[in-house]
Amino acid sequence: MKPRNKRIIFVLLALLSVGGASALIGKAMKGNLNYLYAPEEVLAGKVPKDQVFRLGGLVKKGSLQRSKTSMEARFIVMDNRGNEITVVTDKILPDLFQEEKSQVSRGKMNAEGVFVAEEVLAKHDSEYMPKELKEVLAKEHTPPTKTGDKL
Amino acid sequence: MKINWFKYAAPMTFYSLAGRLIPLFWIAAIVLTTVGLYWGFFKTPDTIGNGMKEYYRIIFVHVASAWMAMWLYGVMVFWALIGVIFNTRLSYMLASATSITGTVMTIIALISGAIWGKTSWGTWWDWDPKLTTFLILLFVYVGYIALQSAIDDTRRSDKASALLALVGLAIVPIIYYAVNCPDPNQCASLHQESSLKRVESNILIAMLVTTLGFWMYSFATILMRTRNIILERERKTSWVSNLPEVKS
Repeated sequence: MKPRNKRIIFVLLALLSVGGASALIGKAMKGNLNYLYAPEEVLAGKVPKDQVFRLGGLVKKGSLQRSKTSMEARFIVMDNRGNEITVVTDKILPDLFQEEKSQVSRGKMNAEGVFVAEEVLAKHDSEYMPKELKEVLAKEHTPPTKTGDKL
Repeated sequence: MKINWFKYAAPMTFYSLAGRLIPLFWIAAIVLTTVGLYWGFFKTPDTIGNGMKEYYRIIFVHVASAWMAMWLYGVMVFWALIGVIFNTRLSYMLASATSITGTVMTIIALISGAIWGKTSWGTWWDWDPKLTTFLILLFVYVGYIALQSAIDDTRRSDKASALLALVGLAIVPIIYYAVNCPDPNQCASLHQESSLKRVESNILIAMLVTTLGFWMYSFATILMRTRNIILERERKTSWVSNLPEVKS
């Protein structure tokens, strides 16, 4: 075999194994990458006690309450299977934080089953179109599946 | 007619060809980036459906640089592998020149993403799957550059860094699949998914034109750097010492 053909086979085999490695890492990431927990998983006791974790989910409509005397804010995070967890925080809520939108907060559960957040982040989807256009499209078609709100 | 593809693989011919192309790529880069950013800043809606205000317009810099960062990694691996197969010196030089522009694009994407993240999410940085894998891409780029400059013998450093580039290629599809997997519940993240399905046409035009501009900029800088590498590596040859810019 010519040396050049040998090198071509070597490169092809290497590309194949790199592709395989990439696919395996991607597969492993899905199962083990606990970036955040949904309320359902937390209520089922999948998160060890006294551990800091991220809680993801939608902010329930009408649940946001702000204290008049302090920075404290309370709201309920829910998933689409009806599980709810109350979150309390004294940190600044981001500009995009809204009811019925996704959020990711980091903190831990206290003894009363309330999630005390050290940080609250707003999550948004990849919908880059003006509101008016969105409403027109929603009338014309059945609304697209809400992939941005993943929980 | 048979085209001799290897004609331009000779550093001497490539040197003069690149010299003629660089001004064209610079003009294209400046025109396209200006048009793309103008369109993005002045022809797009001020507020968008997911609640973001004017600040979302950093998307034009962020998306263009992130796409180029990943694309240039592929380009770098391509030239490195061509070098491994055909033993062409010029391919390795192109791979080496591409790594620097790729690193710059990765840094721009990370910084613009941090600014956008602070305004929309509420944090500069978070160890989210997409952000973390993109940071690894930066480390792989830097690792390639470090390995290349750590070995003095050019032939050996080219081959060693080509292998590192090839192994690092595994990270590029993972960056994409970190948020775009078939079952969203299995890959929850803070970063939104990468999707162009629900993008208004003006935003899309601005995004694509700016990306083209960044691409032309990449061509220009990569060719300029390749010319420098050629001069450095071929400095003992007579054609280099006879160049008017070297003589003077």
